[in-house]
Amino acid sequence: MLFQLLLVLGLALLIAFIASNTIANLQRAGLASGYGFLFDTASFDINQRLVAYSSTSSYGRAFVVGGINTILVAAMGVVTATIIGFCAGVLRLSSNYLISRTTAVYVEFIRNVPVLLQIIFWWLIMLALPRVRESLSIGDSIFLNNRGVRMPAPIFESGSAIVLATILAGVVGTVLISRWAKARQDATGRTFPVGRAGLGLVAVVPLIVYFILGQPLDFEQPVPRQFNLKGGLNITPELVALWLALSTYTGAFISEIVRAGILSVSKGQAEAASALGLRRGLTMRKIILPQALRVIVPPTTSQYLNLTKNSSLAVAIGYQDIVSIGDTILNQSGQALEVISIYMAFYLMLSLLTSAFMNWYNKRIALVER
Amino acid sequence: MRSFGVLGLAVGAVMAASQAMAGTLDDVKANDSLQCGINTGLPGFAFTDDDGNWTGFDVAYCKALAAAVLGDAGKVSYVNLTGKNRFPALASGEVDVLSRNTTWTLSRDVDLGFTFIGVNYYDGQGFIGRKALGVMSAGELDGASICIQTGTTTELNLADFFRTNGISYEPVPIETNAEARAAYEAERCDVYTTDASGLAATKTTFADADAHMVFPEIISKEPLGPLVRQGDDQWADIARWVLNALISAEELGVTQANVAEMANGTDNPEVNRMLGSEGSMGEMLGLDAQWAVRAIAAEGNYAEIFDRYIGPDTALGLARGLNALYKDGGILYSPPIR
Repeated sequence: MLFQLLLVLGLALLIAFIASNTIANLQRAGLASGYGFLFDTASFDINQRLVAYSSTSSYGRAFVVGGINTILVAAMGVVTATIIGFCAGVLRLSSNYLISRTTAVYVEFIRNVPVLLQIIFWWLIMLALPRVRESLSIGDSIFLNNRGVRMPAPIFESGSAIVLATILAGVVGTVLISRWAKARQDATGRTFPVGRAGLGLVAVVPLIVYFILGQPLDFEQPVPRQFNLKGGLNITPELVALWLALSTYTGAFISEIVRAGILSVSKGQAEAASALGLRRGLTMRKIILPQALRVIVPPTTSQYLNLTKNSSLAVAIGYQDIVSIGDTILNQSGQALEVISIYMAFYLMLSLLTSAFMNWYNKRIALVER
Repeated sequence: MRSFGVLGLAVGAVMAASQAMAGTLDDVKANDSLQCGINTGLPGFAFTDDDGNWTGFDVAYCKALAAAVLGDAGKVSYVNLTGKNRFPALASGEVDVLSRNTTWTLSRDVDLGFTFIGVNYYDGQGFIGRKALGVMSAGELDGASICIQTGTTTELNLADFFRTNGISYEPVPIETNAEARAAYEAERCDVYTTDASGLAATKTTFADADAHMVFPEIISKEPLGPLVRQGDDQWADIARWVLNALISAEELGVTQANVAEMANGTDNPEVNRMLGSEGSMGEMLGLDAQWAVRAIAAEGNYAEIFDRYIGPDTALGLARGLNALYKDGGILYSPPIR
């Protein structure tokens, strides 16, 4: 006990010493510290902006743009990595030799190659797409070239808000119906076609409203100009490369977690279900996966966090995430410690939020013990 | 108890690191080696020769400085630095001098706490593009995609240039020269921008160099030069006057071949003062009388270094232009050594 106390004391002293030493050194080097530089003009441009930004905006604003770009690629990556992971995890357990072997090769290959190499690999593949003047196009509105995918951008006219509201109402309605259907099935055993009803509410009704209101949605078409296509939405090859690399990489890890989760469910469960006459798909969905999820969710959370953090490798291929933009700011302002501390705070916050959500979800699906 | 030993070691290491701010000249002499920060590889300026030794225009300055201070041009440890880590490396004392095509700006000089000791190459940011684009000047680049190597002043210049001209562009910022070049070659972008000397260097590496052209515009002033930490004036003086000696040597006709002979005394008092047969310039700097003789003997005077690595007869083929002596129509001018 005494030694533990002394150790803690020693550590605290060491940290205090490092901090005071750093501050003293910074002062001796005449370096200004503090976060005031965040209000200075950034004077550089960013190619992917989801919020308004120009070279006259502040460094702080540039950080916001970069943070959003990181969140975008991380969110896209988490969704696709989960889908890839679940599919690969289930397929690897398939009794079909060809399918299970192919999946095994994918998993083992991807897991054992550094993710930075994979990012650069996908980026080089994107660069090998047709040049901008030889773009592949679909109906002269969607263009694919090595500067990205350019598609028509929606222009929302008056009335489009009503259409969006109907879609939202449809989603809420579907959730309510599915709850009611579950309660009724629990009580009476009668099933209800939730899928078809939901499709009607989310898609068919808004479509009808859309036409009644006279199609209040227009599209801005991309037009070829001297150098580039102009107008419309552009998805940069850097985003696509990073997204594909992170999804396939993390997906391989998640698939192993899913496989472990499924194998953790006792074989008797599946046999009992099939003895009751449940089909294989239904057995998987209703019997195996709900039990497997309890094993799957906690380690998957770590994979989500890994994916988010790996997205900082974007700097290698020029995707302007928070690290790429922060590095430029660091170079121009010289505020190394402050910029790095912003990175750390940002990733910490993102990771804690992800963990909090996953913990909540984990609790929700946990075995209810009576 | 073992943990205390580890703790003690760590504390000792931090203490030691915090004391490395004494006289740089003494440190260099004590190590008997000059720590020189150079580029990670830029044709002409810092590259490895066939034997794997670092050489080039920026490296030549390191050799001259080492020769002046330590008496041997070979006593240099080269530290390869990227655009991003060069300043922390100099600030922390990892290198004694940074000779890495670095632009002299107010904020770097003042805010980052460095001292630029002069300019060894007057450069400016330019563009390289394919001749097939049919563009003759940078002002016609409205809507173009532009590859930029990040971590430099180039992003800022670019944004300023396009803002001034009221035209739009898509920046494609990439961290290293190699990847930025790959993106340009794959036509991910229409033009590639960096310092004009760097463009000339990069162009030599293209398989189809003739299909590319460097645009006539230079959109910024980029005075490149060596720099040291602020606060050690003696070291900054030595670094400054070694560079000035190389420039003065060209002006006075002192070359690698004749420096040993001229050091014995000439009819020109200016040469005599510089090479130590008159006056006591070396002692004033804290060196010996032969400092400039050794600096010039290392790789020759400024003109010899320029011509050997980046001049018209090299693959880079850079003309002297602004970097000619003031009396030859350039702006290269050394204060007098007296």
